[in-house]
Amino acid sequence: MSELLHISSEPHVRDARTTQSIMRDVLIALLPAALFGVWNFGLHALLLIVVCMVTCVATEGLYQHFMHQPVTVTDGSALVTGLLLAMNLPSGFPAGLAVLGSVFAILIVKQIFGGLGQNIMNPALAARCFLMISFAGRMTTFEKVDAVTGATPLAMLKNGAVSDVNIGRMFLGTIGGTIGETSALCLLIGAAYLLARKVISPRIPFAYLITFSVFVLLFGGHGFDVAYLAAELCGGGLMLGAFFMATDYVTSPVTPNGRILFGVILGLLTGLFRIFGASAEGVSYAIIFSNLLVPLIEKITVPKRFGEGAQKV
Amino acid sequence: MIWKWKGGVHPWDGKAISKEKPIKIFRPAGDAVYPLSQHIGAPAVPIVKKGDPVLVGQKIAEASGFVSAPIYSAVSGTVRTIEPRMTAMGSLVESVVIENDGMFTEVEYPEAEPWEQLDRKEIIARIQEAGVVGMGGATFPTHVKLSPKEPDKIRYVIVNGAECEPYLTSDYRRMLEQPERLIRGLNIMVSLFPNATGIISIEDNKPEAIKKMRELTAGEEKIEVKALPTRYPQGAERQMIYASTGRKMNADMLPADAGCIVDNVDTVGAIYDAVAEREPLIARIVTITGNGVANPQNYLTPIGTNTRELIEEAGGLLGNPEKIISGGPMMGTAMFDLDVPICKGSSAVLCFQKDEVSAVKPGNCINCGRCVSVCPSRLLPVKLAQFAAHGDKQSFQEYYGLDCCECGSCTYICPAKRHLAQAIKSMRKDILADRKKKS
Repeated sequence: MSELLHISSEPHVRDARTTQSIMRDVLIALLPAALFGVWNFGLHALLLIVVCMVTCVATEGLYQHFMHQPVTVTDGSALVTGLLLAMNLPSGFPAGLAVLGSVFAILIVKQIFGGLGQNIMNPALAARCFLMISFAGRMTTFEKVDAVTGATPLAMLKNGAVSDVNIGRMFLGTIGGTIGETSALCLLIGAAYLLARKVISPRIPFAYLITFSVFVLLFGGHGFDVAYLAAELCGGGLMLGAFFMATDYVTSPVTPNGRILFGVILGLLTGLFRIFGASAEGVSYAIIFSNLLVPLIEKITVPKRFGEGAQKV
Repeated sequence: MIWKWKGGVHPWDGKAISKEKPIKIFRPAGDAVYPLSQHIGAPAVPIVKKGDPVLVGQKIAEASGFVSAPIYSAVSGTVRTIEPRMTAMGSLVESVVIENDGMFTEVEYPEAEPWEQLDRKEIIARIQEAGVVGMGGATFPTHVKLSPKEPDKIRYVIVNGAECEPYLTSDYRRMLEQPERLIRGLNIMVSLFPNATGIISIEDNKPEAIKKMRELTAGEEKIEVKALPTRYPQGAERQMIYASTGRKMNADMLPADAGCIVDNVDTVGAIYDAVAEREPLIARIVTITGNGVANPQNYLTPIGTNTRELIEEAGGLLGNPEKIISGGPMMGTAMFDLDVPICKGSSAVLCFQKDEVSAVKPGNCINCGRCVSVCPSRLLPVKLAQFAAHGDKQSFQEYYGLDCCECGSCTYICPAKRHLAQAIKSMRKDILADRKKKS
């Protein structure tokens, strides 16, 4: 009989879910929108997706190898970052610059801060903003889809009328924009998967979308116009941001009420940037700015312990 | 009405392995070992010496204070020695070792008059004298629990039949096979408190037990049976009280502060034995289970029985188990030595062929918040574990780290497989030790 028994502190059983399985679920959820992007924009979109994912994984693996750290690329987080970054790029973006963005995301935003779980901003979004600032022209040149002009519906909406945009096409995604953001339908399918698998909680995306909707109806200048609201919701990176990037665990609050507050702040900022800002889009900046508020949000939303305030009989 | 608390987890319950196995009486052949400290409070003091003859039911150690409990022999034979022996908790504890003559000759128990004739003090004295302690695992002396400052304020006496720990079926078998004993025990407890009613709370994964209890308490005005949702840790004191009565308590309060007394199924049975039959606590049901034992079973086991002997009785180990646990998988203790005695608080011996814990390596925290959503005490385990890692006692207490009930749900759910509960537990121990030093 073996007497070499294992000793460890209780509990002695573990839930089946792992970091890896969570990342796998996120990749699965992103798949419909990513595939739609390839179908919508063509093979160069696929190339960008592959380039970003490969570069992210390679950067992480090489950094960890040369820093004599355990190589953790199998957890899948770098793949998620790569895919998200690619989905945030215009389909005609140069592959070389996509490599640069991927290296920035993993090396500067993630690894230098301590790797998985330690970054203070969403790596994919921070890289998008970095590329936006450095290569503004390239980042805002959107390829034509069908006969529609290069301008995104959101940009048209900014200065025009609701009747200028086709809401049905915005919902389906056959419009201009970044690779992964155009199809609200595909993104919602992925979001439903994440919610059903309990990978994400509805608190952040719902608080975000509701706040944003209220803001737009109040300050959008179109009054209570459902069509306008629908166009704002389907346009730009809102769906992608709300369900896939604002919900990034690492850069969102851990407290239940904090998540609602975080969503509300995101809704307000996005509305503010889109309606009163110079650019038509505001999701990326809203999210990375709010990422920085997370420690504060967590501090003021510490939940009440069980039985707090209970009186002795 | 049932009140629903937030948090909790649903580990695989593994109860099917042993739940249909009726209680078997086990009579060990080997030495019986009685650690003098198998309850919370002051260790008992031996009243026998080497070479003394001993009978079943004979007191071998006396309580050494109010918060303490006497210990009785469950075998007959001779005192072999009194020396430190290993316990399931992994520490050496001064123990009375009795050479078992295998005869199980009993002492003559005193005549038991109907308990209804006894007054409150006499009832509690009998429970104290019988060495009854919380048999759910906490091992807090029961007579202390039953002596709140203001007995009038106790509204509910709750029998904790949740048995929310996976794999354990000892309470379940007790409820199925000896329900009357449990109900009588509860009646005795309720009689101690003029304003109290009794509640038997059982998780709804034990429908047969619920049915049986409901049938047998149909005529009892003062007893209600409640079916609680199956969710770990439903049997934790604070959760049990809230789910059964809607009364909330925090860690600064005792159940009595919420007008409640909670005792585990086996403890309530022991109360009946102590008061109505005048029999001391000398045996308990131990579930021996898991895929690492040949014949999983529920044994009525004499306290003091060698764990290895009990495993042999159950057909021995199967497939070189990697881990053997005293208690359940969530809060039990991994043993490194099987030559340890079954004590008053030993609910199970769980044998795992494979150890899930060593199979996974902790990774970086991804801040997913699952630990927060499952914490029944509504704490932030991720933050508490960080404070513990940094030795930041002040922040740990500000974030109510001392409210942790050590249920282990956070560690269970963590996708990065981090040892959250362990870090929090060590920190709690440190802080509580500091407080003791100061006072």
